[in-house]
Amino acid sequence: MEPLLSIRKLTKRFGGLIAVRQVSWDVYAGEVVALLGDNGAGKSTLIKCISGVYRADEGEILFEGKPTLFVRPLDARNRGIETIYQDLALANNLHVSANIFLGREIKTRYLGGLIRTLDEDQMRRESAHALQSLEIRFPSLTQPIENLSGGQRQAVAIARAVYWDAKLMIMDEPTNNLGVPEQQKVLELIRRLRDRGVPVILITHSLPDVFAVADRLIVMHRGRKVAERKTAETNTSELVQYMIGALDDER
Amino acid sequence: MTATPIESRMQRPIILFSRIWPWIFLGLLIAFFVAVVPLASNGSVNFLTIRNSQNILVAITPVLLLGLGQTFVIIGRGIDLSVGWVMSLASVLSALAIRTVFNAGLPLSLSIVIGLLAALGGAGLFGFMNGVIIAKLKVPAFIVTLGSSFIVRGVALLMSENTTVIGLPPGIRDYGNEALVYYIRGEGGGLYLLQRPDVGGDLVRRMDAILPYPVVLTAIVVAIAVFLLHKTQFGRHTYAIGGSPEAAIRTGIPVDRHVISLYILSASTAGIAGFLSTLRFAAGSAVIGDPLLLSSIAAVTIGGVSLFGGAGTVIGTVIGALIIAVLTTGLVMLNVEAFWQFIVIGIVVIVAVLIDQSRDLIISRDRAGQSS
Repeated sequence: MEPLLSIRKLTKRFGGLIAVRQVSWDVYAGEVVALLGDNGAGKSTLIKCISGVYRADEGEILFEGKPTLFVRPLDARNRGIETIYQDLALANNLHVSANIFLGREIKTRYLGGLIRTLDEDQMRRESAHALQSLEIRFPSLTQPIENLSGGQRQAVAIARAVYWDAKLMIMDEPTNNLGVPEQQKVLELIRRLRDRGVPVILITHSLPDVFAVADRLIVMHRGRKVAERKTAETNTSELVQYMIGALDDER
Repeated sequence: MTATPIESRMQRPIILFSRIWPWIFLGLLIAFFVAVVPLASNGSVNFLTIRNSQNILVAITPVLLLGLGQTFVIIGRGIDLSVGWVMSLASVLSALAIRTVFNAGLPLSLSIVIGLLAALGGAGLFGFMNGVIIAKLKVPAFIVTLGSSFIVRGVALLMSENTTVIGLPPGIRDYGNEALVYYIRGEGGGLYLLQRPDVGGDLVRRMDAILPYPVVLTAIVVAIAVFLLHKTQFGRHTYAIGGSPEAAIRTGIPVDRHVISLYILSASTAGIAGFLSTLRFAAGSAVIGDPLLLSSIAAVTIGGVSLFGGAGTVIGTVIGALIIAVLTTGLVMLNVEAFWQFIVIGIVVIVAVLIDQSRDLIISRDRAGQSS
C-alpha cells in the first residue's frame, strides 16, 4: 500500500541549531500514528514542516504520492492536511456552526450577488450533519463555544476538519488540559476518524494515550527519529528509554 | 460524544440580565422623568411630549453615528479615538465643497450630494490611513488613532482657517432641519407629510415636527449597520477577529483587509455625522465633533459592547445613546446643574462595565469548574 504521507530525509535548521535531522517517516490511510518525544525533541518543528508553517531545508514531503511544497498553512489545508493546535483556532464568542464555517461561510445571494447574507439555516443543518456523522451530540448549536467544555470544543474543531474533507489530521496534544472522561471522549473520536479512513498524527507525551489509540508510533530525540514501532510490540518502559535518549535504533 | 448542558443555574439569568439591563434602565429612566418632571414644574412641563422626544432624537444623532462605527471597531478588538475630529473635518470639507460648487452654479441638491461625497471621501481617507497603520504596521489602535486625531484636528482647523465655514446657500438649512411629518394639534390642525404646512400664528406654536431628516438618515444608517453586523459575513468576521484574532487568521479570514475596512467604516459614520451637522447649522465647524467622542464611546460601552472585543450589538449602542440623551435632557428639564450630567453618565458607564465583567467572571468560573 502506498503511504498517504511520506517524509524523506527531512532536515530543518534554525541558525546553527538543527531542530529536525534527516527524519524519514510514512503515514498510511486508516492508521493513528503517535509522534512521541520530550520537550525540544523536534516534534512541533517536524509537524510545522508538514502543515506548511515552516519550510524544510532539506529532504522532501510526498502527499498522495506527489512531491509537495507548502509555502503557507493554507496550502496544506487546501490539500486536505488539517492541523488542530492546542488553542483549536476557534472563536469562543461564536456558536458552533459559525465556528465550523468560519472563513468559509455559506451565503444567500440577492440581486445577482450584490447583497449576500449568511445562510444560517443551511450552515446549522450542515453542522448538525457533520457532528452527527461523528456521533457528537450538543444540546444546542447556537450557544457560544465559550459555554462548552474543553472536550466539546475539541470535538467542534475535529468536526470542522472532517466537514472540510480532511485527508490527514494532525492533532497537537489533544487531551492536554482535559478531565479524564473528556480525554476518553476525544480518544474515542480519534478512533472514529481512523475508522473512516482518515489517518491521524497524534503529537503527545502522554503514553496512556499512545497505548489507547495509536497503531504505530515514532519517537524523536534531539531532532532525530530514534525509534519506530508498532504499539503492540513495545511497552512503556522501552518508550521512556527512547524518549530520554538511553536507547537509539538509528545509531 | 454526549454532552451535558454546561450552563449552570446561576448563569442563565445573569446572561439574560446583562443582555437586557440597558432596556430596563432606559425604561426606568423614562418612567422616572415622566413622573418627576411635571412635579418639579408644577405640572406645566411634561417629559414625553412629541416635541421633546423629537428633540432627544435630534440631539442623539451625532453621538449615535460616531458610536455606530465605533461599535464595529470595538467589536473587532480595536478603538478609534479619531472619530471626533474626523467628524469636524467632514463638516468643514462638506461646507467648503457645497459652497464652492454652489457658487460655481450647480443646483442646490447636487451641491449637497457633492458635500456628502466630500465628507465621506475626506473621512474615509483618514480611516484608511488609520487602518493600514494598525493592520499592516501592527501599531496599537489606541496610539494610531490618538496620533491621527491630532493630525485630523490640524487639517480641519487649517482648512477652516480656524473659523466657522459660512456663506452656504440659504436653502441648505431645510435639508438639515425639516421633517418627514408635521402635526398640528387641535383646531385647524392635522397631519402633513413631507411639507412644512404654510401656517402662521397660533398654529405654528401647536405644530410639531416628527422625524426630522437627520433622524431619518441616521435611522437608515442604523438599519444598514444592523444588517451588516448581524446578517453578513463581514459582521461574522468582525466578531471572529474580536473574539480570537489567532483563530481568524488560521481559518483564512483576510484579517488585515478586514481591520482596514473597519476603520474606514468608523470614519465614514463620523463623516456622515459631520455632513449632517453642516446641513443642520448651515455652516462647517472644525470644533463640532471633538466633544462628542467620549460620549459616543460611553454610548457604545453602556450598550454592552465589550472593550475587549468580540461582543456587542448595534441595537445596544442605540439604547446606550438613548440612555445618555434621556439622562441629559431629563436632568436639564429638572433644572439640575448641567455638570451633574457628567457625573451621572460616568457612573452609568462604570456600572455598565461592571455588569458585563461580573457576567464574564461567572461564565469563566463555571468553565474552570467544569474542566477540572
